[in-house]
Amino acid sequence: MSILLEKRTKVIVQGITGSEGSFHTLQMIEYGTKVVGGVTPGKGGKDFHGVPIFNTVADAVNETKATASAIFVPPAFAADAILEAANSGIKLIVCITEGIPANDMVKVYNVIKNMDVRLIGPNCPGIISPGKAKIGIMPGFIHKQGKVGVISRSGTLTYETVKQLSDLKIGQSTSVGIGGDPIIGSQFIDVIKLFDEDPNTEGIVMIGEIGGSAEEEAAAYIKKHVKKPVVGFIAGRTAPPGRRMGHAGAIISGGKGTAAEKMKAMKRAGIHVVESPAEIGITMKKALDSRK
Amino acid sequence: MKIHEYQAKEILRKYNVPVPEGHVAYTVDGAVQAAKEIKGKVKVVKAQIHAGGRGKGGGVKVAKGIPEVRKYAKKILGMNLVTHQTGPEGRIVKRLLIEQGMNIAKELYVGITLDRHQSRNVVMVSTEGGMEIEKVAAETPEKILKETIDPAVGLQAYQARKLAFGLGLSGVQFKNAVKFLLSLYKAFDDTDATIAEINPLVVTKEGDVIALDAKMNFDDNAMYRHRDILTYRDLDEEDPLEIEASKYQLNYIKLDGNVGCMVNGAGLAMATMDIIKLAGGEPANFLDVGGTANKETVASGFKIILTDPKVKAILINIFGGIVRCDRVAQGVIDAVNQIKVEIPIIIRLDGTNAEEAAALLEKSKMNFEVAANLKEAAEKVTAVLAK
Repeated sequence: MSILLEKRTKVIVQGITGSEGSFHTLQMIEYGTKVVGGVTPGKGGKDFHGVPIFNTVADAVNETKATASAIFVPPAFAADAILEAANSGIKLIVCITEGIPANDMVKVYNVIKNMDVRLIGPNCPGIISPGKAKIGIMPGFIHKQGKVGVISRSGTLTYETVKQLSDLKIGQSTSVGIGGDPIIGSQFIDVIKLFDEDPNTEGIVMIGEIGGSAEEEAAAYIKKHVKKPVVGFIAGRTAPPGRRMGHAGAIISGGKGTAAEKMKAMKRAGIHVVESPAEIGITMKKALDSRK
Repeated sequence: MKIHEYQAKEILRKYNVPVPEGHVAYTVDGAVQAAKEIKGKVKVVKAQIHAGGRGKGGGVKVAKGIPEVRKYAKKILGMNLVTHQTGPEGRIVKRLLIEQGMNIAKELYVGITLDRHQSRNVVMVSTEGGMEIEKVAAETPEKILKETIDPAVGLQAYQARKLAFGLGLSGVQFKNAVKFLLSLYKAFDDTDATIAEINPLVVTKEGDVIALDAKMNFDDNAMYRHRDILTYRDLDEEDPLEIEASKYQLNYIKLDGNVGCMVNGAGLAMATMDIIKLAGGEPANFLDVGGTANKETVASGFKIILTDPKVKAILINIFGGIVRCDRVAQGVIDAVNQIKVEIPIIIRLDGTNAEEAAALLEKSKMNFEVAANLKEAAEKVTAVLAK
């Protein structure tokens, strides 16, 4: 078992004919993802390497029975794309797009939070259930099928984490990049809950960073509910306050959202907090071994 | 994106948010001229820099008459203004705002920003105007009143009334405050602001409600639809190296340490800075080269890092996903050949084509310290610094 994404999950790609969308559609198919359709308004009826293109998400869902969508459209059109997917029967929306205005995401978030839809991202690498399928832009080959769930606000730091685990022969059930923006569809808590409920996930790695309070909220949840071992790292201990560190959401403002604060809350919750990002894998290995 | 106070007030004026009469000035004569055009005897001379705490730093003076305007303008223009937000190096004042003096009865606070926890905007008011709001929030949180805004409908009149009553206002002051809040929210929402802070918001003895100060920041991601606000950008307020870096799509932030770093991805870049610190160094910068780590971007990254004489070593940490490590390695070799880097370079390339990359670095016979993983990279940083 994995969470969110299985081999049978039918996926469409919004923005399939764009440069990002087309490149990653082929990568996803090569990895084994069931990409059943694409959406580019005005190009309906054509195909992309044998994948049928539709004018609207509704058409694509009707024809293909897809339940998941990968969004690769440019930032100015991404909010619209998310709402189109949510209102056309898609249940899992993975928005890769970076640079969506926060105001747009506030509106989108407050509409879809009352719907039966899960949004991952935006500004994220996506989801991969190793050996089964991926929706996103992560390099498939570093992953290994297994029993540790990974959740992160970052892209390449997630790959770093996964590689450390795979090198120690620790596979992953699913790896989820929730995104580096201030407004994201799913928080640590949402995904950690899924990992906790998944009988096949035996441990969880959470990779946070400065800014916001999502890690603190997750820590409180973990303390109360999660019995599986959790390893945590927070990037940005050396980041200066008031500066946006690449990600729109990675900023310490008004003295809030520091790495020290987050690490303290996580330690208090019984999470194995690592000081060095080089020790994420080995710490998970020790945590798993000590339970055998 | 940040703008100056006088620019924020220009925006607010367009949205019918009351602000004092005022003009920007770049010279002492300009300041005097501006003062003459403003009604009333008392004027305020305000330094315009992108940082708060200007009053405490000596950048805001009340002038009783034109001679004093000239005196203060002379004093403030060109001064190196140090506030808690500028850091010890301070900021040179190049612009002044000359404003009419106000007959202040009460100083209040209003701020609008995004509440990430609720994923909604929040309007905050407080009777503790003129104080640092973080301090109020920490010491007397009950003195901050908040209303959360439904993005579908915006700030509603009943919410504005609740806030205005909460501030203890009545009569004409109350009416004006409600109008003020509704107009301010519209300005915030229409312009894709990330913060609109009026501190202090003043109530005058005549009952007017006026933004005595105004701070607005904007969402960089939304600036494509606000060309008018983009013209407010003041390059003098930005680090020249950061401007240079942005020309090459590099995301660079200068820090104060001795080990430079070049990384792909913001999260990994922060983690790399952290590991430099753990290895006994101090990060000299944040630098995310993004998805295209090629010869050009790597070369410009080197150039920017090397302008800082304090840098004793450079750590390159690239995790190749879509980016192929062998291309990055070739980029590094070409860049080093081109610009003669004389300090130690520690390279860690992992992911796609990492082995081919290692072979290229080996074959180059250059003096790279090649690390197989993050742990080794940290150890090599420690070793290099110990030499």
